[in-house]
Amino acid sequence: MGKRDICITINGREYRGEAEPRKLLVDFIRDDLGLTGTHVGCEHGVCGACTVLLDNEPVRACLMFAVQANGAQLGTVEGLAPSATELHPLQQSFWELHGLQCGFCTPGILLTAEALLKENPDPSEEEIRDWISGNLCRCTGYQNIVAAIQDAAKRMTPIRKPS
Amino acid sequence: MKPAPFDYYEPKTLPEALNLLAQFGETAKPLAGGQSLVPMMNMRLARPAQLVDLNGLRELKSLKVENGELCIGAMTRQRVLERSAIVAAGWPLLQEATRYVGHVQIRNRGTVGGSLVHAYPSAELPVAMTALEASMVLRNPQGERTVLAGEFFVDAMTTSLKTGELLVEVRVPQVPLRTGWSFQEVSRRHGDFALMGVAGLLTLRSDGTIERARLVFCGATPHRASKVEQQFMGQRPESALFREAANLAAADLEPDSDIHASAEYRKEVAKVLARRVLEQAAARALVAS
Repeated sequence: MGKRDICITINGREYRGEAEPRKLLVDFIRDDLGLTGTHVGCEHGVCGACTVLLDNEPVRACLMFAVQANGAQLGTVEGLAPSATELHPLQQSFWELHGLQCGFCTPGILLTAEALLKENPDPSEEEIRDWISGNLCRCTGYQNIVAAIQDAAKRMTPIRKPS
Repeated sequence: MKPAPFDYYEPKTLPEALNLLAQFGETAKPLAGGQSLVPMMNMRLARPAQLVDLNGLRELKSLKVENGELCIGAMTRQRVLERSAIVAAGWPLLQEATRYVGHVQIRNRGTVGGSLVHAYPSAELPVAMTALEASMVLRNPQGERTVLAGEFFVDAMTTSLKTGELLVEVRVPQVPLRTGWSFQEVSRRHGDFALMGVAGLLTLRSDGTIERARLVFCGATPHRASKVEQQFMGQRPESALFREAANLAAADLEPDSDIHASAEYRKEVAKVLARRVLEQAAARALVAS
């Protein structure tokens, strides 16, 4: 089947392109749209390197076809930082607490963590580990990843002034 | 590791989807959450010539209670089931089982219907639905038929769904008062395929004796320990009873050996999990009284 037109909103901006139905969403984002922050790991849905946010929920972009995302709202790691000169609190925490080494799994983990903290701003360690269990890291042993997410959660908690 | 070419269709209504599937026959596959099908396509273990995408069918996404029954549209995301207050209140076994399905990213796309139709041996939802005695509503261009969970699962990854038929809804009967539940499984890592999983329901009478028990194990098809279930009636919910029941039920299992676990291991773990499931279900039944 020939190529289809695709229009996706990613990080608030509209992107257009075309793709064969069999083109995976992760390949479309990377190759056709040039957003290479999302990584391709296993291509069968176990490693989480391809994690993107679809309507704010983390999903595996290697298990969706680009044509399925036509008209959808996506978030990728490129959309995390509030500006070109500021880091998202999660990125800041990962940096300071060594939550990454090679960085291959990191975009997927950052997005998963962002979704977690939106749903549960004060997760326990067990809850954090449960959420990131779908993201594999070969470098860090996860300890600093968990610490970084806990640190970011603290940073992101608004300070309440006593009344 | 890229899928083979296919023709892609996005029906807007259920009749349209059924007509497409009827048109293409064996060469077409319906696409639900894609969490099982797309890995197979990426590895070229599956090469459907046509893919009929069900994700646009709103009518298959409802979750509601009708006449006391929980009616789950087949395209309901597993995560929706997991988060639903209605399900937590009336069918907590389902919620507990769903939390074991894969990882959060998988549950955000994976569907209830897809998991049931895929009928993978270590899957949680087929076991939970069998324990809850759910019914599968199947639709084809000619009409509709209903199949009980206990008859729906025929073999590993095989259900009684015919070519061109779609599972459209799952109906779960009301759970009686004074019923406790438990779903437990063992896997190597959190979110991995279950090496063994067990679902249990215990309904108590007002005098505290057991009215009904349901005990189901993961297997090529969900294995219901019917003989053992019958021995529970009228008995007091006690550890000695559960221990004996777990031993008997596990002895009946014929699990496979594979690289993840031996059959002996699976049987041993089944015995332990069954006892724990019965204990937890009994404790919860008392609280529900």
